[in-house]
Amino acid sequence: MSAVFEQIFQVGFLAAIIRIATPLAFATLGEMFSERAGVLNLGIEGIMLLSAMAGFTAASLSGSLWLGVLVAVLVGALMGALHALFTVALGLSQHVCGIGVTLFSSGLAYFLYRLIFGQQSVPPSIDGFKPAPIPLLADIPVLGPAVFNQFTLVYLAIIAVPLAAFVLYRTPWGLSVRMVGENPRAADSAGVSVIDTRFQAVILGGALMGLAGAFLTMAQFNAFTFGVVSGRGWVAIALVVFGRWDPWRSAGAALLFAFVDALQLRMQASGLGHIPYEAFLMLPFIFTIVAMAVMSRNAVAPSALLKPFRREER
Amino acid sequence: MSAPLIEMRGITKVFGAVKANEGVDLSVAPGEILGLLGENGAGKTTLMNVLFGAYAPDTGEILVEGKPVAIHNSADALTAGIGMVHQHFHLAPRLTVLENLLIGIPGKSGRIDRTRGLARLAEIGRQYGLSLDPNLPVSALSVGEQQRLEIIKALFRGAKLLILDEPTAVLAPSEVDGLFAALRSMAAQGLGIIFISHKLNEVRALTHRCVVLRHGKVAGRVDHPAETTSSEMARLMCGHEIVPPVKEASTPGAAMLTLDGISTAGHAGTLLREVSLFVRAGEILGIAGVSGNGQRALADVISGMLPPKAGTMTIAGKTVAQFSPRDLQALGLGRIPEDRMTTGLVTNLPLADSMVLPRIGTEAFSRKGLLNPAAIRAFAEEQIKAYDIRCPGPMVRAGALSGGNLQKALLARELAFDPKVLIVSQPTRGLDIGAARFIHEKFLAMRAKGRGIIVIGEDLEELLMLSDRIAVMYEGRIAGTLPSADATIARLGLMMTGAGHSEEAA
Ligand SMILES: Nc1ncnc2c1ncn2[C@@H]1O[C@H](COP(=O)(O)OP(=O)(O)OP(=O)(O)O)[C@@H](O)[C@H]1O
Ligand SMILES: [Mg+2]
Repeated sequence: MSAVFEQIFQVGFLAAIIRIATPLAFATLGEMFSERAGVLNLGIEGIMLLSAMAGFTAASLSGSLWLGVLVAVLVGALMGALHALFTVALGLSQHVCGIGVTLFSSGLAYFLYRLIFGQQSVPPSIDGFKPAPIPLLADIPVLGPAVFNQFTLVYLAIIAVPLAAFVLYRTPWGLSVRMVGENPRAADSAGVSVIDTRFQAVILGGALMGLAGAFLTMAQFNAFTFGVVSGRGWVAIALVVFGRWDPWRSAGAALLFAFVDALQLRMQASGLGHIPYEAFLMLPFIFTIVAMAVMSRNAVAPSALLKPFRREER
Repeated sequence: MSAPLIEMRGITKVFGAVKANEGVDLSVAPGEILGLLGENGAGKTTLMNVLFGAYAPDTGEILVEGKPVAIHNSADALTAGIGMVHQHFHLAPRLTVLENLLIGIPGKSGRIDRTRGLARLAEIGRQYGLSLDPNLPVSALSVGEQQRLEIIKALFRGAKLLILDEPTAVLAPSEVDGLFAALRSMAAQGLGIIFISHKLNEVRALTHRCVVLRHGKVAGRVDHPAETTSSEMARLMCGHEIVPPVKEASTPGAAMLTLDGISTAGHAGTLLREVSLFVRAGEILGIAGVSGNGQRALADVISGMLPPKAGTMTIAGKTVAQFSPRDLQALGLGRIPEDRMTTGLVTNLPLADSMVLPRIGTEAFSRKGLLNPAAIRAFAEEQIKAYDIRCPGPMVRAGALSGGNLQKALLARELAFDPKVLIVSQPTRGLDIGAARFIHEKFLAMRAKGRGIIVIGEDLEELLMLSDRIAVMYEGRIAGTLPSADATIARLGLMMTGAGHSEEAA
């Protein structure tokens, strides 16, 4: 066990946590914006997959990674708009539409990928993002190499958290988002368009989910496989609850999950060989379930979550 | 009089088969308080929702200061200077007072403008004597304070006309005075006010002029409310005379419901502390008290929703062993809850289903585990007729009924099964005088049949009129019980503050 303990304090371990947390942070913030406005987006898993595929394809065809990121974000936003069209404009069931969006996006991702790249024994890969050390900061011992010698997308995630908190708590738009998620009628009678605000929040959420997908295929794996998302979207939904619909807490939840995930990877590698590796793989998910059970007891969801708004109904 | 601030011309609004408003004309001048009267379901709320842009009228136009304006949503109404305080508040409980005020207000360089918000709040406090702590979450406010926040919200947005839909229905009598003072001060400073209430003495005391709606149409106008009697106004509203019910003398029989030393624990709100009381056959027991002194817990214990920590309860001689709504119902208890929307009816189900809900498993409505829709429908239709519940039919969503008609539906549901003991909270809150009379008559008829009734209420006049004895609750205890012959509003008021004590007088 002491071998495992030593590894915890290695720089590489800290860096791994940050890297694992990045797509989760984007996805969790995205889901949080959507849910704060009262819309559960179960399409997240599929949106991440389709964005991951679209971004990868754009990057590999054009040779520009940033164009790939842009395409992934746009595809995410577009799928968010689709979900909003069903659930906000038409007021259909958020559960059913979310699962529909996931099935549709996943199917579309597989189909387009096959169409563009054909069947290949070795999946094509791209030259993904390289770590971009920040001058001076990267020289700080331990913290420097772990946090400030990362991909640009990681820095973006680090900035996204306080930015999301600022937008949600300090801007009129953020207040409108919180209000339409708590009591849409109150927002409506204060002259705020519930439909518009919800659309915007779900689209912003989709864009963030797209960023998460982009990170997976362009920084983390540098290739697209059908299992590239592998449940990260579902985990993000749990992390939103765990983080009580708050940007800071949600990011904290993502970090905690990443910590357990990084830990289990190390444990797999560190010669505890008599335990089947599947047992380690389970660890982060067991952690999520336990954490949810403990934390979500007094977590209160936005009051209007899942409730469509129709003005002339009472 | 100066030119009207707001004018509505020929407003018609149809919901499916219901004409909620039909060709309604109405105007308010600056500085004027206009009363809007009408029976339950007459279309008052609908008309105001049209003015506030929440509903689109089918025909008709709205003029602000003589100019026609198109009001498609609340934003338009707010721009036109129209603010509304709804029957059910439009607030987000988990956000703070200031956040609820600033919603929809543009910020300063991208940020919420707290400084200006606070300044404006202070200004309104000075101008109209309305103030609140800006940093409290709305959930920490009392109902009266939430209403104040709604009024401040409208003024904050520069309302020139303020609509108040039954503002006094949720207030304790002492809070009503404060509200009226604020409204008079607003009118004195040139604001127009539309005030909806079923309490005619309030309307006569506050308003300058009244419009009466009946079945969606203007049935009459009252130019000098202060000099018009309540019965004249009632006749305009209902189309006929309202005669007060006669309470015949009755000699109470055996005890129907007894509480002995009931105490509660772990309940949100005030706990009960050694409450003992009884109600006999052919008797109405009133429970008075400032709300929040344990009335809620008392009703919950008696209806089986809250098992007591100590003490015993008997119904018609049988000691209650199991506290659950179903067991108590089997013993002959009927209950009409305080909150009709949440614990009363299921607003998303058809009215008929809601009306049989407590007895859905009985022979009458289901056989071999399957519902009997025909029987359910027939029962609902019968009750709709018997209680004159105004609605398109038994299959309408319960939530679409007006407040008064919901209350009648609940009453019908309980009385149809002839309970031995009935407990009701605020039985006529939000009801028009016709409907209130009707319900009073039903209670008195039950009393004549030898049933026991407990009425929990804040309206002392109503309690005095109905009850044989009145018990006053104070801080979870029974502060005293008086025969209503000895009770006066002054004496009860004193007991309600915990001052006077009186021995149990049977
Ligand atoms: N959103 C709606 N959908 C369908 N019917 C409605 C709706 N709103 C109101 N109605 C119907 O329109 C009529 C007028 O209702 P409204 O709420 O305006 O009455 P009211 O005068 O405010 O009554 P109360 O004194 O009980 O509040 C009622 O018959 C009601 O059932
Ligand atoms: Mg009404």
